[in-house]
Parts: sequence; structure tokens; C-alpha cells
Amino acid sequence: MSDALRDQIRDFILENYLFTSDTAAIGLDDSLLGRGIVDSTGMLEIIFFIEEQLGVKVKDEEMIPDNLDGVNKIANFVSSKRQAA
Amino acid sequence: MIAAIGHRGPDGTGFHIEPGVALGHARLSIIDLGGGAQPIHNTDETVWISYNGEVFNYVELRQWLEERGHKFYTHTDTEVIVHLYDELGDEFVHELNGQFAFALWDRKRRRLLLVRDRAGILPLYYARVAGGVAFGSEVKTLIASGLVTAAMDPVGLDELMTFWAPVAPRTVFKGVSQVAPGEMVVLEGDKLTRRQYWDWDFPGATAHRRESQGVLEEELRSILASATEIRLRADVPVGAYLSGGLDSSTLVALLKERLPDTLETFSIGFDDAGLDESAHQRTVAEYLKTHHHHVQCSRADIASVFPSTIRHGEMPVLRTAPAPMQLLSGLVRRSDVKVVLTGEGADEVLGGYDIFKESKVRQFWAEQPESTWRPALLKRLYPYLDLTSAQSSAYLKEFFGIGLANPEDPVFSHLPRWATTAQVKLFWSDGLRAQVQGSAVERLRDSLAEKMKPLAPFNRSEYLEAKTLLPGYLLASQGDRMLMANSVEGRFPFLDHRLIAFANQLRPNAKMRVLREKHLLKETMRGRLPESILKRYKQPYRAPDAAAFFEGNAPDYVADLLSESRVRSFGYFDAQKVNRLVAKLRKSQVPSARDNMAFVGVLSTQLWHAQFVAGEQPL
Repeated sequence: MSDALRDQIRDFILENYLFTSDTAAIGLDDSLLGRGIVDSTGMLEIIFFIEEQLGVKVKDEEMIPDNLDGVNKIANFVSSKRQAA
Repeated sequence: MIAAIGHRGPDGTGFHIEPGVALGHARLSIIDLGGGAQPIHNTDETVWISYNGEVFNYVELRQWLEERGHKFYTHTDTEVIVHLYDELGDEFVHELNGQFAFALWDRKRRRLLLVRDRAGILPLYYARVAGGVAFGSEVKTLIASGLVTAAMDPVGLDELMTFWAPVAPRTVFKGVSQVAPGEMVVLEGDKLTRRQYWDWDFPGATAHRRESQGVLEEELRSILASATEIRLRADVPVGAYLSGGLDSSTLVALLKERLPDTLETFSIGFDDAGLDESAHQRTVAEYLKTHHHHVQCSRADIASVFPSTIRHGEMPVLRTAPAPMQLLSGLVRRSDVKVVLTGEGADEVLGGYDIFKESKVRQFWAEQPESTWRPALLKRLYPYLDLTSAQSSAYLKEFFGIGLANPEDPVFSHLPRWATTAQVKLFWSDGLRAQVQGSAVERLRDSLAEKMKPLAPFNRSEYLEAKTLLPGYLLASQGDRMLMANSVEGRFPFLDHRLIAFANQLRPNAKMRVLREKHLLKETMRGRLPESILKRYKQPYRAPDAAAFFEGNAPDYVADLLSESRVRSFGYFDAQKVNRLVAKLRKSQVPSARDNMAFVGVLSTQLWHAQFVAGEQPL
């Protein structure tokens, strides 16, 4: 996983859910749901972001917290999908 | 002071001033149109009252008093109260069936009573000032007196941004209290005492009524009939709100039996198809053959009326839902109707809310926290949402699993909702954050824990609604204030205290059978309403939120109040975060619930400050 990818995901979450550029506002392993950073429609936005900005399609069965609930989790998920492609 | 609430009583003003007290009144005449000027006094003029509301059983009370020798000089319900006080002392309040807020001055004992109805339908505010208290139906009167300076109570705002409204006696105005629902505040000399004369009273967890459903249906039918009947007492035309849901449809069906040819009904519809209930409203209006009036509400209408909505509501809100209610009461007034009956309260009293179901499922799930199919039941609760595969059980678990480890927590039922709402506080400025110590949830839990501990879980969630959302928001921001903005009186048969007392004693399962809401009410109304209404999924009343302010040419106040300099100068929010939120919403097709609430919360707080604290627009 590249740092650039992780930063891109983190910046998207900071900008859209925490409304700040302060990178200390979120830990890379923080749970987005557990911390109340995103709600159900927020999760949809994250999926749109992954598909449109990161170019990775998310299948229904992949929409699980293990893949999407945190910066590192999303980065790992996207990296592995890209490698598989 | 009285001019500030002229909208509540455009039909006349009156004053009584004597050493120790000054009473003022703005009258909306509904009973005894010619003879009811207030303040009103008892026979020897030692007891005086300034009164807002209705005592619906005044006919019976007057007869009882006359039998005991009392003489009356008006035909009002108001005069009955001073005589009842003469007869029974402070216990008089238990005899009143109605909605009321009043100040009663007893010259002989030199004491002032401030009394509010049981459910909190009508508002009453007070503030300690040099030498006594100032009081009024709206905070505007206190500000106009010059004795109170408007400023935000940060703790009140914290409660609002958690529970949707401050919990009585707190308000969002520093130094201003509200008389709590079912409370009597007594001022004697310099001593102020609060006394709860009535409360929602649930039996212990195993002590509910056990009669058969048929018996309970019969009793509900009889109480509802009486509650509706006495609410038709008025010397002006009476109409009804019709939302298209079960509660207002029930009410309209009951009214139709009493007003077969003259019943006027009023509805609001939305251009946004997902929120619009016009088709259901038409179904009921046609089925019951009412004279139906309808107002269509666009996004632009909401943006345009919103500053006035906040001016009337006197506190920030997290949804725009009050604004269309203001347009609806305007329609009523234009139709020359002064009084409307509404179905508000049925969900709280008879088990209608999703949060009750949600809590039931979460209780069920807490028994086996590892189960995946137990939380999946939550999906059945929200059929009107765009359910997608993203809302899998795993996500439901994250949203609704909060507090699962401790289902005995008295506020267990409301933790997910409050946590979601409190996300709005992300936008607070550091300055505001520093002014709020402790947690709103913990304060509420501490204050209610003892009362709630013996209750069944279902009753606990009902009690929390009765203490927070119902009086604080629904009956205030969406109820009284939006009605009175257009000088219309609302009446609430489902909040008749006899009905509340009856419903409080029912087994939770009688109200909500498994996950079927308002089971007993539905069964009671079978055959009297279209099946399509009885079978409908409950659709919560919603209006377009942030979207209302981003379409076409938004009114100038929106950009002005959300500008960096204004946000900074008012001091409540982080200007940079607000900027980013606005930028995000401008691009967003489907704003999230949190972003919607945050936007409406920020904008309405800015409007509140501009109008009340900065005094920029006339109050």
C-alpha cells in the first residue's frame, strides 16, 4: 500500500467528515462508525469515493466494516483490489 | 412586554397592576368572545389571573362551583380557575383538564403561582430579577421588559444538540427558566419553590393492566370520544390537521361523527416526492368527506420563512420541520379558522415511534450480543429509508450496538439517537466547547434514574420521550410556536391526561404487538378508517433540510450568516469547518443525516443569535 493512497483516503475523510485539514483529527486505525465520523449515508459517500476517485468497484459482499471502517482498512482493501485486477 | 407577543393574542390586551404584581394579557378570543377580557379576578378581587389556554371541562367545573355558591361575572373557562383556587387551594390544579399556562396572584397570601399543563402544550418562562420574577408566554416578553438580557446558555445548547431541546427547566437563554410540564412554580416573598403536581405514571415492570383486548378497546374508544368531544368547546369554528397518518385520520374520523357537514381539514404537501403525503391525505379527506384545504410547500418556501420560524420558536433547531408547520397554520388562519385539533401525542401515548421498536430490538439483541440475525430485525423498522446493501447487519451493529453491554441503563433506548445528534457538536468552536462541562446524557440519566429504574424497558423509552422530545421540541418548536405565529390555537386530544393515565397502565404489548406500532389504536379504529391507512407504514413527518437552502437563489441571509466573519463574531462555531460543510453540501446530491442536522443547527443558531442577542431584526 502506498503512502499516497493512504493520505488521499485520509484527506478525503478529514475534508468530508471532520471538516478540517488537521491530520491529528483521525488515527489511521480509528473506526469511522465507532467514532461516529460517518453515518449510513456517509458510508455510501465513501463507496462513491472509492469507485469514482480511486477507480475500484465495491461489490455488495465487500461492503463490510473489515474493508471500509477506517483509513488503513480502506487503503488495504483498495490496494488488494488493485493488485487483483 | 405584551406587544412582543401580540401574535398570541391579537384580539385585545388587558392589564392589572397592584402593589406586588403586574399582570398583562394578550387575548385570542375563543370562548365568551364579548366578555372574557383578562386579567380576571374572583368575587372579592383578591385572586387575579392572566391565563393562556383552555380548560375543556370548565362547564362541569363551573356547575360544581355554582352548586357551592360561587357567582361568575363572565362565561369563560378562565374565571372557573380563580374560583376553583378559592375552593380548593393549590389542589385546584388536579381538577383542570386542558392545556394551560397561567400566572395566578393571591393578594391575601401575597403569592404568585406559575402553572403549566401536564404534557407541556403551552409555554411559560420566567427569570429571577431584582425583587422578584418576570414571566411570560415567550422569552420575547422578558427581553422586552428590559429586565433580562438575551444570551446563550451553552449548557442549554449542549442539551439541544443532544436531545433536540433543552430539558426543562433549562432553556437556551441564560438566566431564563421554563415552568416544566406538570409543574407549579410558587413565588412567596423572595422564595421560589418548584412543585411537580403531575407526571407520566407507569406501573412497576410487572404491574400493568391485564384485561382482554376487547375491554381495553372499549375503554380507549370511550376516552378518545370524550377527549375529542370536550375539545370541540369553542365559540369559533374548529378544524383539524390531517397528515394522512393514523393519528390525524383517527381524529378526523371521530370529529366527523360530531361535525358531519362542517368539518374543515388542513394538510401540507411537499414538492419533494419522498416526503409528500398528499395522496394519503386525499384518501382520508375523500373517505370522510371533509372540506379539505391544502398548502404545497417548496424548498424556497422553507428558506424564505425560516428566519421567522426561528424568531417564533426562540431556539435553534436541527431540522427545518417547524417551518412548513408555520405555513400550515397560516393556511388555517386564512381560512378563518382559529382552532385546530391535531393528532400530536398519539405516538408517545399509544406506542407509535420507531425508537420504541428500535429499543425493543436492541433489548432482544442484548440478550445475545453475538447474534447476527437479531440486529437484522432493525432493517424492518425503517422501510421508508433507501436501504442498500451497505446497511448490512454489520453496519447496523455499529450504529445501534451502542450501550448494548448495559441494557439496564435507564436511558438505553435513546443512546444511538443522542449519539447521532451529538455529532453536530463537531462544528462547535473551541470557545463554546470550553464553556460546557460534563455530559448532557449523564445529567439527564442522573436526574431520571431513580424514577425510571422500576419501569419496564418499553415504558422507560416512553418516559424519556415525554421528558425530552415531546415538550421540548414537538409541542414547542413544531407545535405551539408555529400555531401561535399565526394566532391559531392547537388542541391535542391524544394528550388528554385521562388518556395518558390509561395508556401508561397498559402492558407494553398492548400498545406495540411485537413490532406493530399503536396496535390497540389500530384495532380500535378498524372499520372506521380505510384499510390502506390502518396498514400504512408509519412515515415520520419530515421536510427538506439543507437542500432547502441550496436551490436556486437562496435568500441573502444564508450566505451572510454563514460567512466566516459572522460565524467568528457570534462565536459558537468553527468558521473553517462551517465553510467546508457548506462547500460539501453545495456539491452533495444526498446529504447525510448528520450533515443535514449540522447545517440546519448552525444556520438556525446564527439566526437565533442575530435576532435575539444582536437584535438585528425586530423580535
